Amino acid sequence: MTLREKIALTVLTATVAASLGAGWLTHHSYAEQSRESISAPPSVQFWLGTDELGRDRFARLLYGTRVSLLLAPAAALLSTFLAGMIGGIAGYLGGRSERVLTASVDLFLSLPWLFLLLAVRALLPLNTSPITSVAITFLLLGCLGWAAPARIIRAGTRTLANSDYLVQAAASGVPRARLFWRHLLPNLRPLLLAQFWISIPLFILSEANLGLLGLGVSEPLPSWGAMLRELENYSAIRQNPWMLAPIVLLVAVVSCLQLLLRTEEALPC
Amino acid sequence: MAAPPVLHNLVIHLRRIALTVLLGGLLGATLVRLGPGFGVDERELDTRLSSTSIAAIRAERSRDANIASFYLRYLAGMVHGDFGFSQSLNRPVAELLKERLPVTLLSLGVGVLGGVSLGLALALITVWWRAPGADLVPGIVSGVCLAAPAAVIALVFLWLAAPARWAIALVVFPHVYRYAKNQLIATSQSAHVLAAQAKGLSSGRVLWAHVLTPSAPQLAALGGISVSLAFGASIPIEVVCDTPGVGQLAWKAALDRDLPLLVTITVLVALLTLVANSVADLAVTFWAPAEAAA
Repeated sequence: MTLREKIALTVLTATVAASLGAGWLTHHSYAEQSRESISAPPSVQFWLGTDELGRDRFARLLYGTRVSLLLAPAAALLSTFLAGMIGGIAGYLGGRSERVLTASVDLFLSLPWLFLLLAVRALLPLNTSPITSVAITFLLLGCLGWAAPARIIRAGTRTLANSDYLVQAAASGVPRARLFWRHLLPNLRPLLLAQFWISIPLFILSEANLGLLGLGVSEPLPSWGAMLRELENYSAIRQNPWMLAPIVLLVAVVSCLQLLLRTEEALPC
Repeated sequence: MAAPPVLHNLVIHLRRIALTVLLGGLLGATLVRLGPGFGVDERELDTRLSSTSIAAIRAERSRDANIASFYLRYLAGMVHGDFGFSQSLNRPVAELLKERLPVTLLSLGVGVLGGVSLGLALALITVWWRAPGADLVPGIVSGVCLAAPAAVIALVFLWLAAPARWAIALVVFPHVYRYAKNQLIATSQSAHVLAAQAKGLSSGRVLWAHVLTPSAPQLAALGGISVSLAFGASIPIEVVCDTPGVGQLAWKAALDRDLPLLVTITVLVALLTLVANSVADLAVTFWAPAEAAA
């Protein structure tokens, strides 16, 4: 592990630990309002000041980090599972099934990601409780983000399907379903894990974009995307530069993830 | 000759585009048909209308109850340039697209051209210069741009009062830079390049004739991908920078749950993305048929 990777890992570990230990690091709640401290500057009581509703920015940042960093992996897990199923079945069955599934993947990939997210998000209720909005946001990301990994998993499955041990197992009469679940899927684990980790930064960025557009997590629950909305007020940022903390943390975490995952060699898609 | 593979690829791409339009249209029509508020007609609330008029309105609407017939009418309308009616803006979708599409296409053109040029230029400098730390500054800048959501890049442009279309260039640039750099480095380490250097060819000639030219097909493919990236970035950028383009229109349609408008925009953007990808792919086939076939 290089020095840069060690630093990235430390930053990620510290961020996850701080978000999980938010209750110990701050005694303020993310929704608690101090009406006598509206838009207050940083102080001993409020480390990053308060927003225009008098809520502690530091507490909101920690809880928002928790929402974004715990639910992006949940969405990645869902999309990887779907990609594993669709890509795995397509690669394993081959023939017409593979062609149909591959065509579906290609069709799905031709629809621009954010436009598709908006279209499906608009179908679902917009005025929901904060918890429901979190579930909707990340289920949506998970359900719509399977296409690119499915393509890679299909290719991996094709290679595995022709390997000696699978041909031998098939020749000795192992049923196809058992072959898929017991022999093929466990061997796809490294590929599935790689796709899972690669999806996380993508989903963090998508949530941030959706949040800033007002289509992500609902108030008062914080998330990185939702916290970016107050940055549209430039004059307020000039007076309160600590408002930039969510951007700095978001960029740092995604950079660290990308550094550790070494996604730079992949063709952008 | 290059003609047969080009023609073959052209047929494949046209088939794919037609399939996408048909399936995308079906998906869109289904979403619109099943979406909330479909079939509700404000005219029914008009107390001046007689029961016969209301019955006529309902009979007119009942034609759309069947998804298949609704889809066929939707598709026929699309062929004739009738993309439906925006419920939220109370205007024909075609009229809205006619107003806003040129704005987005201009932004995309400048953004993609700027992003691809910047990315390629920096990748070339990095590969050609080869000094230790030559890619430090472009590497850091591209890393930050890659880790920042498009909306944040747009915010920075908003604060600086810079043109929004350059924000699209900054979204495209890191992807192009990183892929092009890796591609050029891989080609520059191949045996034919080492042989050319050993023969004493100038570094400029080696770079142009033996590194850049063989990598051209792979780099050309980036053009299509960049269009896709730029379309995705256009929504947050146009919303944050208040640019009256298709991205902003899609966002407004999503907030107002105006599905006919949103679905038409999505299908149209998918179509434009496919066309861009097909053009890039056909260019590769025409330029280097052997690489394209491989």
